[in-house]
Amino acid sequence: MSAHRPPTGTRTGRAPDRSTGRLTRHPILPIPSDGPTVDFRFGRRELSARRGEMISSALHAAGIRIFGRHHRDGRPQGIFCVNGQCSQCLVVADGRPVKACMTPVEDGMLVEPVYGRPRLGAHDSLGGFAETRSAERAVQVLVVGGGPAGISAAIELGRAGLDVVLIDDKPVPGGKLSLQTHTFFGSIADCYAGTRGIDIGTLLANQLAALPSVRVWLDTPAVGVFSDKVVGVVHKGRFLRLRPEVLLVAAGAREKVLTFPGCDLPGVYGAGAFQTLVNRDLVRPAKRLFIVGGGNVGLIGAYHALQAGIEVVGLVEALPRCGGYRVHEDKIRRLGVPVWTSHTVLRAEGRQGVRRVVVARCDERFRPVEGTAREFAVDTLLVAVGLAPVNELLAKARSYGMRAYGAGDAEEIAEASAAIFSGRIAGRTIARDLGRKVGVPQRWSRTAAVLRSKPGPDAPDEILELDRPVQPIIRCWQAIPCNPCTQVCPLGSITIPDGSITSRPRFEGDCLGCGRCATICPGLAITLLERDHDPKRRTAVVVLPFEFDDTALPASGRIVTTGSRGEPIGRGRILGIRDRSDQDRRRLVRVEVPWADRLLVAGFRVQKPAEGKPLPTADQLALSPARAKRVEGSKGRPPAADDDPILCLCEGVRRGEVVAAIREGVRDFNQLKASIRCALGGCNGKRCTEPILQVFRQEGVDPKTVARGTYRPLDLEVPLGVFAASVEPEGFRAGEGLSGEGDFAQRTQGDAPFDELWAPPAKDAKGEGKVSRRGAETQRGTKGTTGKEGGKS
Amino acid sequence: MTGAAWDVVVVGAGSAGLPAALAVAERGMRVLVLEELTAPGQGQHKAAIGGVRATHSDPAKILLCRDSLRTFASWKEAYGDDIGWKMGGYCFPVYTDAIERTLRGILPAQKAAGLEIDWVGPEEIARLVPGIAREGLRGGTFSPGDGQVSPLLFANSCERAAKRRGVEFRYGEAVVGFETAGGRVSAVRTSTGTYATGHVVLAAGAHARPVGRMLGLDVPVVPDAHEGGITAPVEQFLGPLVVDLRPGPEGKTANFYFGQNAEGQIIFCYTPKPLFVGEDRESTSEFLPILARRMVSLIPRLRHLLVRRVWRGLYPMTPDGVIIVDRVREVEGVILAVGMCGQGFMLGPGVGRLVGALLAGEPPTISAEAFSSISFYRSFGAAKTEALK
Repeated sequence: MSAHRPPTGTRTGRAPDRSTGRLTRHPILPIPSDGPTVDFRFGRRELSARRGEMISSALHAAGIRIFGRHHRDGRPQGIFCVNGQCSQCLVVADGRPVKACMTPVEDGMLVEPVYGRPRLGAHDSLGGFAETRSAERAVQVLVVGGGPAGISAAIELGRAGLDVVLIDDKPVPGGKLSLQTHTFFGSIADCYAGTRGIDIGTLLANQLAALPSVRVWLDTPAVGVFSDKVVGVVHKGRFLRLRPEVLLVAAGAREKVLTFPGCDLPGVYGAGAFQTLVNRDLVRPAKRLFIVGGGNVGLIGAYHALQAGIEVVGLVEALPRCGGYRVHEDKIRRLGVPVWTSHTVLRAEGRQGVRRVVVARCDERFRPVEGTAREFAVDTLLVAVGLAPVNELLAKARSYGMRAYGAGDAEEIAEASAAIFSGRIAGRTIARDLGRKVGVPQRWSRTAAVLRSKPGPDAPDEILELDRPVQPIIRCWQAIPCNPCTQVCPLGSITIPDGSITSRPRFEGDCLGCGRCATICPGLAITLLERDHDPKRRTAVVVLPFEFDDTALPASGRIVTTGSRGEPIGRGRILGIRDRSDQDRRRLVRVEVPWADRLLVAGFRVQKPAEGKPLPTADQLALSPARAKRVEGSKGRPPAADDDPILCLCEGVRRGEVVAAIREGVRDFNQLKASIRCALGGCNGKRCTEPILQVFRQEGVDPKTVARGTYRPLDLEVPLGVFAASVEPEGFRAGEGLSGEGDFAQRTQGDAPFDELWAPPAKDAKGEGKVSRRGAETQRGTKGTTGKEGGKS
Repeated sequence: MTGAAWDVVVVGAGSAGLPAALAVAERGMRVLVLEELTAPGQGQHKAAIGGVRATHSDPAKILLCRDSLRTFASWKEAYGDDIGWKMGGYCFPVYTDAIERTLRGILPAQKAAGLEIDWVGPEEIARLVPGIAREGLRGGTFSPGDGQVSPLLFANSCERAAKRRGVEFRYGEAVVGFETAGGRVSAVRTSTGTYATGHVVLAAGAHARPVGRMLGLDVPVVPDAHEGGITAPVEQFLGPLVVDLRPGPEGKTANFYFGQNAEGQIIFCYTPKPLFVGEDRESTSEFLPILARRMVSLIPRLRHLLVRRVWRGLYPMTPDGVIIVDRVREVEGVILAVGMCGQGFMLGPGVGRLVGALLAGEPPTISAEAFSSISFYRSFGAAKTEALK
């Protein structure tokens, strides 16, 4: 272990930066050296943003999380999905109502909060249009979604030489891979296990960029499938009508919402939204956050928050055990995050946003248990209660008799590694259906099924100590599809006995102490034990994987060690840190621990676990009048209303209104929409439909007996001007052309601008045809540089 | 009226059926409404954009809609519910000589009928429709007494009001036949039951023809589809409902119209050219580009509106474009309230009260001349072109 540096304590440890704002350092992600360069205004405040940064992120970087007030009741509004799926972050930018999360800041832009309904900007210049009809184009295969599934499919289709257009609504390819700073599970051979998600995204995108028959259109949302078998997309500010021979929907997933009092407060948002702010836009939107949901999304969200220097006050999971991978759960427990299983969130409180969250133990029917409530002071509450497929386009396309396929989460929610395979299979299947002589290897379906498999039961925690100077200790107690550790041991001493990647690995034989297993294990579940450190056997050394920079370490080098499940073990002293560039930003920390602790220590804390404040029983389930006085939220909002949660966030419809309608006899979702406006808002019912059906269930009405609502285009709100595709050519006036006095077509420029889109993808000598992770290379280094920079910190 | 369980069975809980059921119940009759869908107003009713005007050129429509306007305007007082009533008037901005001549030509008749409507200059049009293209704007007509209602809110409120007056609604029951005795209707059969009654009001909208056939009637109603859409709300800026009568330059639209509802949303629709005959209610990709171009050309600032949803609704058309409200002579006890030609929503309350009067054996609520123009027994062959559809 010659490469280990001296212990941190000998250096001047910088105090952790825990203010909200922009990240100035990150253990995995490189921080661009140039600061914000674009000036804009939010109301009267002068602010700045990074070039290309979305309005919502720039506002959060400035500590602003209230973007407006709801038109119905004046409740503060902020972000929720940061994914273009809802309209909660509406602002007016230079006179246009826009989604703050999908609109980049432009230099000199005036962004105005929306108090009530937005004012329609004056636009008195007379405009005309480039084309008499909206452009329509046939395409062999249209792939909607540039995440792991969509890109993998497009690679197969492109290799088969098919004419493919892949669209994605984000400026960066890779979908949610572009947010996943952690290393992936699965097998190295099949799906890049052991590589960070962000880098997998770049690898896939670059493979795609090399294929001449594939066009990748970023910033291009699909907005609807229409009965004339056309998919409407918005590209470069214009509505285009694409007529695909085959449509592949790989649009991923959206986060489910949870209904509880205060669920609408600014500061309550999805864990995916959080990852976008932190990992894509390098913004720290919170100081102290709480997480609801112990699936992989919530568990990973906690880890990402810690890496961004945010205190993770706790995580609740309503089930008796977390549904996510146990290695993810153990990892955050060891770092000092309390995980409260069989607990649920009762409410979030605050007037201008979340200030407190109240949780309580729940029984097997998820009912809160009297006397168990506790309150935590937090500024942010992440909701990670599951994902739902974004499959509306797929369903519509099929109903219109189009040849339509699904892949990835849009078809079945699973890990990104499974989505890669699902995409490959879909790509080959489509190529075959279009007459290409390609096969779908049977092995792929098996692999896809393995990668989709749910984690198995926990094995008993057994640690076998061997009589040798150094050995790995593998705390991989749960069967999950993963094998990188078996691939990197130079002696081949780590194997999976039955050869299946879903079984647990075993160490047998010799160990060089090279640490490759500890470096690659995606679960950070492998540590090393050095028994010969102290000949007198008063102490031993454990080598622990660690993905934080030095600000997470105490200057003294003295740490609180934690066990397999995060239980405190004792004290440890950091002897050194190995941080080689080939470790891909995974550091190995050598820690001296008492001999008795040598098999127990699995990690150490980076934060002190919060315990919260137990609440008196009377306060638990509702706001008592006395307590209401103390809750800021009661000001101008009667406690009764506070206790009746918002169910439809877009239209501000409370749960009680839905209950009243159901009790009045409403059994038709469309009627519910018509009478109380729920599901009539900007998200087109994507968020509230399931929670509303849940209320039917709670009212004793089987949702199967409720007539389903009609889902109509559009999938997203789109400016009318995009459909008009206005380009304002000179000399054309609106009043003309429409009067019937002249030929409208003569004043137009035909289809030329549209055809330009069909030029082959640019591939010049400088390699600019390559797709960069951020679209703009200046924003962040590519894979090559990130590795180096990560190693330097 | 009879010994049957129901005095009146209304077939259809839509634009005509709902207010008819209410009007009939208010006369003290026992009413059953049969609807094959699962809630009120879920057929073509909810596809209406909600504009209500009395300023037509057809006398029957003028009278019936004037009655409707009174009902809508006083609805909240009478029935307690907000139905999104907004009295912003109707405005027909004019850019061409031909349309000016048409509109000016019917003004005398409209005024003679007592309608509050007049020709106003371009300045006034620009004040009423802020941001409208001024180039070539000649002026237009404005009728301040017209307005808008939310069809969604109205259907539910009307059903509630009817229920309070004892009307029973049976949803998810499609009518499969009728029984007659001695030349008079005696019962209605549905997929689940038979309901004895002395009177039937046929308000089956787009399905008037197949339902009529069950009574041996040939009701000449053929639906065609129109597309509509709605935007996200913005602060109120547009009072009147705006109708642009010009044919579209792309050759696929006749007129188009839009307004800002009480929620602040812009709701819009057009008349396609040629018509989409049939019952296909799925939206095509052509509608938005065409209509957006027309709307933004007329009012450039509308380009900033966020379009939220589009849909199609059916216009149950008669051969001459005039509605049918009449007593059926072939089968006693049957009243037709069909063929609303896409204006069933604004005609609804007026038609409902007319149906109530007919059932009660009273004279029609409109003039005899107007009533004869909407007769089932008129000559449909002589297609007349209404100046202002």
